[in-house]
Amino acid sequence: MMLPELGHFALILGLALSILLGTLPLVGASINSSLMMRLAKPLASGQFFFILISFIVLGMAFLQDDFSVQYVANHSNSLLPVQYKISAIWGGHEGSLLLWALILSGWTLAVVFFSKSLPLIVYARVLAVMGLIAVGFLFFILLTSNPFDRFLPQFPSDGADLNPLLQDFGLIVHPPMLYMGYVGFSVVFAFAIAALLGGQLDAAWAKWSRPWTTVAWAFLTFGIALGSWWAYYELGWGGWWFWDPVENASFMPWLVGAALIHSLAATEKRGVFKSWTVLLAILSFSLSLLGTFLVRSGVLTSVHAFASDPARGQFVLGLLAITLVCSLSLYAYKVPQVRGRIHFSLLSKETFLLTNNLLLIVAWVTVMLGTLYPLVLDFIGGAKLSIGPPYFNALFVPLMSVLSIMMGFGIISRWKDNTAAYFIKKLRLVAFIAVLVALITPFVAFSEFHFGAFVGLFLFSWIVLISLKDMLDKAKSSKGLVYGLRRLKPAYYGMMLGHIGFAITLLGVAMVSIESDERDIRLSVGDQAQVQNYIFKFESMEKIEGPNYLADRAYFSVFDKDSNKLIAALKPEKRIYLAKNTPMTEAAIDPGITRDLYVALGERLEGGAWAVRIQIKPFIRWIWFGSLIMGLGGILAVSDKRYRKK
Amino acid sequence: MHPKRKQRLILILFLIFGFSVVMALALYALSENINLFYNPTQISKGEAPESSRIRAGGMVVEGSVSRDPNTLANKFSLTDYNATIQVEFNGILPDLFREGQGIVALGKLNSDNVLIADEVLAKHDENYMPPEVAESLQHEKAGAYPSTDYKEADK
Repeated sequence: MMLPELGHFALILGLALSILLGTLPLVGASINSSLMMRLAKPLASGQFFFILISFIVLGMAFLQDDFSVQYVANHSNSLLPVQYKISAIWGGHEGSLLLWALILSGWTLAVVFFSKSLPLIVYARVLAVMGLIAVGFLFFILLTSNPFDRFLPQFPSDGADLNPLLQDFGLIVHPPMLYMGYVGFSVVFAFAIAALLGGQLDAAWAKWSRPWTTVAWAFLTFGIALGSWWAYYELGWGGWWFWDPVENASFMPWLVGAALIHSLAATEKRGVFKSWTVLLAILSFSLSLLGTFLVRSGVLTSVHAFASDPARGQFVLGLLAITLVCSLSLYAYKVPQVRGRIHFSLLSKETFLLTNNLLLIVAWVTVMLGTLYPLVLDFIGGAKLSIGPPYFNALFVPLMSVLSIMMGFGIISRWKDNTAAYFIKKLRLVAFIAVLVALITPFVAFSEFHFGAFVGLFLFSWIVLISLKDMLDKAKSSKGLVYGLRRLKPAYYGMMLGHIGFAITLLGVAMVSIESDERDIRLSVGDQAQVQNYIFKFESMEKIEGPNYLADRAYFSVFDKDSNKLIAALKPEKRIYLAKNTPMTEAAIDPGITRDLYVALGERLEGGAWAVRIQIKPFIRWIWFGSLIMGLGGILAVSDKRYRKK
Repeated sequence: MHPKRKQRLILILFLIFGFSVVMALALYALSENINLFYNPTQISKGEAPESSRIRAGGMVVEGSVSRDPNTLANKFSLTDYNATIQVEFNGILPDLFREGQGIVALGKLNSDNVLIADEVLAKHDENYMPPEVAESLQHEKAGAYPSTDYKEADK
């Protein structure tokens, strides 16, 4: 079968087209040749077509168990269930880069379809910049990470299997979502570069950039939330965020992307912060590249770090350096021409958006400091060290608290100018109710007062109440409330959902951090343990056989302490995956709105006993539910008619 | 002063003040939460600080793991084939914790130079060895242990 060679060949053709896409329209734009600029569209479509073919070919190799392909042999096995054979395409380094390239060409095609109304010169430049990015990544794949390399003439009779941690629904969706976000920022970047090239950083540019930014950020939100959820049930023994460098790598563009969404709003509506906004656009994509570098280069060791071939790391670092040097030089050269003379006062929406940006940027800098400091120190031959989560927590708690307070003011404020009296009038009742809610709820729910819970609840109610109040104020109309509410735009509702989603996640984080209960204990069949108001009884143990693993499965019943009613039956497993004899822990979770019950098996101890981890996780679902709302808010905002046509 | 300018000045001063406070806080938090890496040789020489949280890495000595019959407490020895230290841990050891494998333990040293670990890491690959461990083992084997490289860590 010559199929893998066909995939390789298609990838080379894709590269050839992206080289043309990266050059011809740019040349066309400078010599004003509309023919050359118009070439962007067919080139972008062709590029997508060939990369898609190469992706499908790789998928076929997995489905047909073609272990002569090294990548397939290393990441699949004939016993692997079919859905994991498909997700194994991006389960390793080479394939995940191919997915990166496919998504990049997909975004390029999306620009072709959704930006027909752009002036031709802008359209050509945007697509060309995206073509240049594709050139970099396709070279990267073809030179250092070709997924179609073969074991010839002798190849293994069966594959090494996909890492058992990755054999899970979470992994099927987490990487594509995350990449949609990472790569989505390339569109925003391309718009920024095109605007700088043309010297036109105006409201139109901001308006074109906004939906792309919001969509990319929404996907990134989904991707990060999925990763956190996956880590919670599959990897982390119940932890949902570890401040692991790989998580931070995805969180950094998220923070800067959130800042960009807000500064774009100010740039479009009021023409302020232009040069700052364009800088954020460059930054957010650079951070996506940095994330790719951190994850793919092997400088970090985690489940994400597949490769430790230094050539690969150097290549991505090179791409990042080229991107930064070129775009920042262009920025330095062009931006002094941009001048804004728009005034706003201290108590205006502009100031609050600026504050938002400042806080998010500070948050980003602290994350970056904690993530890169150990790496840089190691690189220059200094001490080896790691930064513990307390560092990040110590900074994020105050930063996010201030951000939430400011968010309230930002939502209710108007452009240009507001008086202090305006805020007092609008917010005094809201503040009063929020304090009341925060004071009373902990007593009712946990029968004790806890300052952290008070802060979390206050911030949650503060944001939600202000959002609702603002919505009601804006919906006021002589024709009644329903009419007014229907008249509000999707972009406005999207913003509301974004803020309320943030508040939900915030409350989830606060509650889990404060009220979680975690117990590691030794239990034998028949034993029971009490955690909070729940009694966990170890009922029995049996051996089971999965498609590609063997497992010990435990049966736990959970009872209410007072009523003795059965609440849940939990079946945690300890698996051994056969291909490489890898042990794996499958936790059992009883999910709930206000709490999750979590049981995981540790090791088998002498005398038939097991080490067992039992956890109560209050409000943990709120973290991911809030993220989902945030992301959906972004999608809703983009559906607004104002972004279509002109 | 012109009121517009005054407002702008207030804003800028406020921003600079806020930024420096946060950065000072960040650097302080950073310095408080650095977990330096030490190998068993350094620890047995007494180079590692006693009160702060450190990372210690090495190979788990074959036959050294002992468990308390009633709780989850366990003890094992960690070696870099040059020196060996004792580690005590009360909790669930990771799936890939095995004798003869490279691991990293985080915790504090007690006065007997025993590491009281609060976290034990073994990565998800049976061939995997934590990079610090691999590197420090290499140094030990080659007999070219560059102690000066690690000196800065003491500060």
